[in-house]
Amino acid sequence: MESLWARFALRFWVVLILLFLFIPILLIPLYAFNSSNIESWPLPGLTTKWFAETWNDTEVQTALGLSLRAGLIATALALILGSCAAFAIHRMTFFGRDVVSLLFVLPLALPGIVTGLSLNSFFHYTGITFSIWTIVVGHTTFCIVIVYNNVLARLRRTQGSLIEAAMDLGANGFQTFRDVTLPLIATSVVAGAMLAFALSFDEVIVTTFTAGAQNTLPIWIFGAIRLGQRLPEVNVVVSFVILVTIVPVIIAARLTGGSGIARTTAAR
Amino acid sequence: MAAETVGRPRKKGGAAPLQAWLWRRPWLRSVLLLTPPLAWFVLIYLASLALLLVTAFWQINFFTTQIEQVWNLDNFRTIVSDPTYRLIIGRTVVMAAIVTVTDAIIAFPFAYYMARVASRRVQTLLFAAVLLPLWASYIARVYSWILILNHSGVLNWGLQSLRLPPADVGYTNVAMWIVFSYIWLPFMIIPTYSAMERVPESLMEAAADLGARRFRAVRDVVLPLALPGVVAGSIFTFSLTLGDYITPILVGGESSGWRSLGLGTGSTFIGNVVYNNVGIANNVPFAAALATIPVAIMALYLLGAKRLGAFEAL
Amino acid sequence: MNTTEAGPGFRLRLATAAAAAVIALTACGSTGPAAGSTTAPPPTANLKPLTSIGPGEGQLNLIAWEGYTDTSWVKPFTAATGCKVNAKFAGSSAEMVTLMAGGGGGQYDMVSASGDADLRLIYGGDVRPMNPDLIPDFNNFQDYFKAPAYNTINGIHYGISLQWGPNVLLYSTKKFPVAPTSWGVLYDPAYKGVITVPDNPIQIADAALYLKSTQPNLGITDPYELTQKQFDATIALLKQQKPLIKKYWDLAGTEIQLFTSNEVVAGAAWPYQTNTLQAARVAVADTIPTEGATGWGDTWMLATNAPHPNCAYMWTKWVSTPLVQAEQALFFGETPVNKLACAQMERLQAHSCAQYHADALGSYFDSIKFWKTPIATCDDGSKNCIDYSQWQSAWTTVTAG
Repeated sequence: MESLWARFALRFWVVLILLFLFIPILLIPLYAFNSSNIESWPLPGLTTKWFAETWNDTEVQTALGLSLRAGLIATALALILGSCAAFAIHRMTFFGRDVVSLLFVLPLALPGIVTGLSLNSFFHYTGITFSIWTIVVGHTTFCIVIVYNNVLARLRRTQGSLIEAAMDLGANGFQTFRDVTLPLIATSVVAGAMLAFALSFDEVIVTTFTAGAQNTLPIWIFGAIRLGQRLPEVNVVVSFVILVTIVPVIIAARLTGGSGIARTTAAR
Repeated sequence: MAAETVGRPRKKGGAAPLQAWLWRRPWLRSVLLLTPPLAWFVLIYLASLALLLVTAFWQINFFTTQIEQVWNLDNFRTIVSDPTYRLIIGRTVVMAAIVTVTDAIIAFPFAYYMARVASRRVQTLLFAAVLLPLWASYIARVYSWILILNHSGVLNWGLQSLRLPPADVGYTNVAMWIVFSYIWLPFMIIPTYSAMERVPESLMEAAADLGARRFRAVRDVVLPLALPGVVAGSIFTFSLTLGDYITPILVGGESSGWRSLGLGTGSTFIGNVVYNNVGIANNVPFAAALATIPVAIMALYLLGAKRLGAFEAL
Repeated sequence: MNTTEAGPGFRLRLATAAAAAVIALTACGSTGPAAGSTTAPPPTANLKPLTSIGPGEGQLNLIAWEGYTDTSWVKPFTAATGCKVNAKFAGSSAEMVTLMAGGGGGQYDMVSASGDADLRLIYGGDVRPMNPDLIPDFNNFQDYFKAPAYNTINGIHYGISLQWGPNVLLYSTKKFPVAPTSWGVLYDPAYKGVITVPDNPIQIADAALYLKSTQPNLGITDPYELTQKQFDATIALLKQQKPLIKKYWDLAGTEIQLFTSNEVVAGAAWPYQTNTLQAARVAVADTIPTEGATGWGDTWMLATNAPHPNCAYMWTKWVSTPLVQAEQALFFGETPVNKLACAQMERLQAHSCAQYHADALGSYFDSIKFWKTPIATCDDGSKNCIDYSQWQSAWTTVTAG
């Protein structure tokens, strides 16, 4: 057990860092009520007119719709491909396994601008038109990595003997997968999917290079910042997104945040 | 339940023979599973990275703005000989390093509390609290920092209320350092926490039994075991800073901080020059040549990270 | 963001563009002579423009300067035509040229290009001829803007003129109760750390314009045509200016934020920033100092591969009407090309017609050095002027070094 002093110091640090993390985020909904269309401190006045304006803004609607569609498609693709990869890597010990592991880390380990520029050149060279599908390709590439990491981490913590026991009891491959494996990894799959969707929804650098004339929400937000005079609309949209995602995020945290392994006395 | 399953007659034909055949060849099953994702990576991702590398050796025709597939080393020669690019690369790497160290220091005690001290409920809430910022637009959060740090922003307002002199942090390197550390913090906390969480309490108890005080136990037991997580997190903070151009555009400025390091002044980072060369100067070969620099840097970084076991901790 | 394609179909343009660009690019956006089109015509010269506007396609993708697509005139447009406007902002002419590569890449319909981008777009084959007969207000344009050298070649219109205006000196009225009379404010060490200028290589011309007055011995006549000696002197001035700069602004919104939060007291700007700040009651004003100013003449050009040409023509018709011309002029702070806009401007804001010189071109027009692409061939035929690629690398050295 930590000493009382240590616990106090740790708690203090955690509160400090939470403030650090959340004060800038709290400013966002605050400025959604800004009576001025530019941002200055302190707040000159309050108004609710921006909510109606943002709701009626067709550019916001289009951008939000595109981000949602691209995110869902990319996450779905990533779920399938990432889980397959995790299963394969978990099982195999083959020459080049390390190389493949390294490969699957690259999209997140290399800066987004490298991925974006590469894909941009690739689409130009092959003559592929820029559209939602080029955006999806870019997003899927790094979403696969996230799902892969999450599922692989969970598979590593799963006891293989459970699978073998199920098969000893007469279940065929598909039944084993459905009744034993899937429930074991389900929460990591869901958590991976949520994290992948979050990154896709907020991604701006790779998307800038892989989108055509379409605007996803982050690109629209950057455009609004360029314009510099409809900033409260940005705050309204972002506040809305935060509100909508609070509950799913808590659920996702529940699913992955700690299985209490450290607290068990059994060593691994 | 067990007896029922055993007694159930097996289906004849159908998928059963195929499954049995696959069961005897586990490698084949793995190959089938691995092929789709691997195909995606090789045919799309690796192919485009290769194309990027190849493009770096081509050149642009300024009149027609077409890429000419003429092999030459001009782009690389320019990067190496023109001192401006050394300055740009230098300051980007230094900033990435500083941000990584900052985030590691901030994240470690935070993750320690989450993994080893907090109750189950608090653990979940804290994890949610770390994930939630990822849903609040990156650009919007950076903009909030502009509001906080600039000349008549929240920080100076607070300092003045406390009768302190105003800080001149807006549009400086300090501002970029704060914003980068802030934005990438969740990416450092999550792997560190996961790694720390896997250290069984029994090891700590054993250390205590052997006479180590808590701090010593943390230093000698938890730290080495959690290090892979920290290194995994550092991969993200380092590479994300290395390639970012948005934060320098929004928050950077002409502060003189780099001069003492011999790195000139300004907030032009590798990402900015690449972005400008693609989107404005339309000189994709040069941008590609520049982009190989962060790739090379990250390749070295990944090699080191692998040695430290970060790959298991991702 | 699109880059250019390295494909066989585009090699056709190599020969035509290379030769033609050199000569044609000397035509500038002011009262210069007509483009010397003694060589091959632009690649899209033979494309027949529309003869009538068909039904709207429901969407319009524009590349525009910040402030050119405000809801106050976009919303009625969408309501009337059903064309949903999707705008991508660009901060410099070079960025617009890049986005429009490949004829708009089949993505973009129109671009609000300034004079220094127009000829590059025309000779690159990225824009196609437009039919002014489909724009009823075209006949009300001031004569010069019906066929300016930067968007009309051999009688073929490659776009419809939009508006024009200056780059101004924006300043805080608290710091400068009386308007500064010289650009020297931006180069004055007394204002160290509180200056901002655009992060755009074309800014070199602004510095050259200042040197034209302060160092006449250099012999600068055209700030876009600089000999090596003149260029070196200008770069030296910019390097001296660098320690005074708080931030080089890339986005209009950044400059607005800099003035809002009192980070800077003076800077080079577009009138758009002034208008936005004044509308938000920030104490600023702008002026054109005695040395004159650089400026821009903008044209809506139609992309060669525009996916929504009908909506594009409807848009051009709309923004050429007197009311929208007036609204845009007042919103951005520029001068309309439609003579009838003057009355509308007066109705919306008293004395604005005179303020923006919308009624008569005159000496105000002549005092503006419109943006044009610097090329190696100077006006007098000699070949020792510095071309744009060198402007770009020099600018990178100044700002990033």
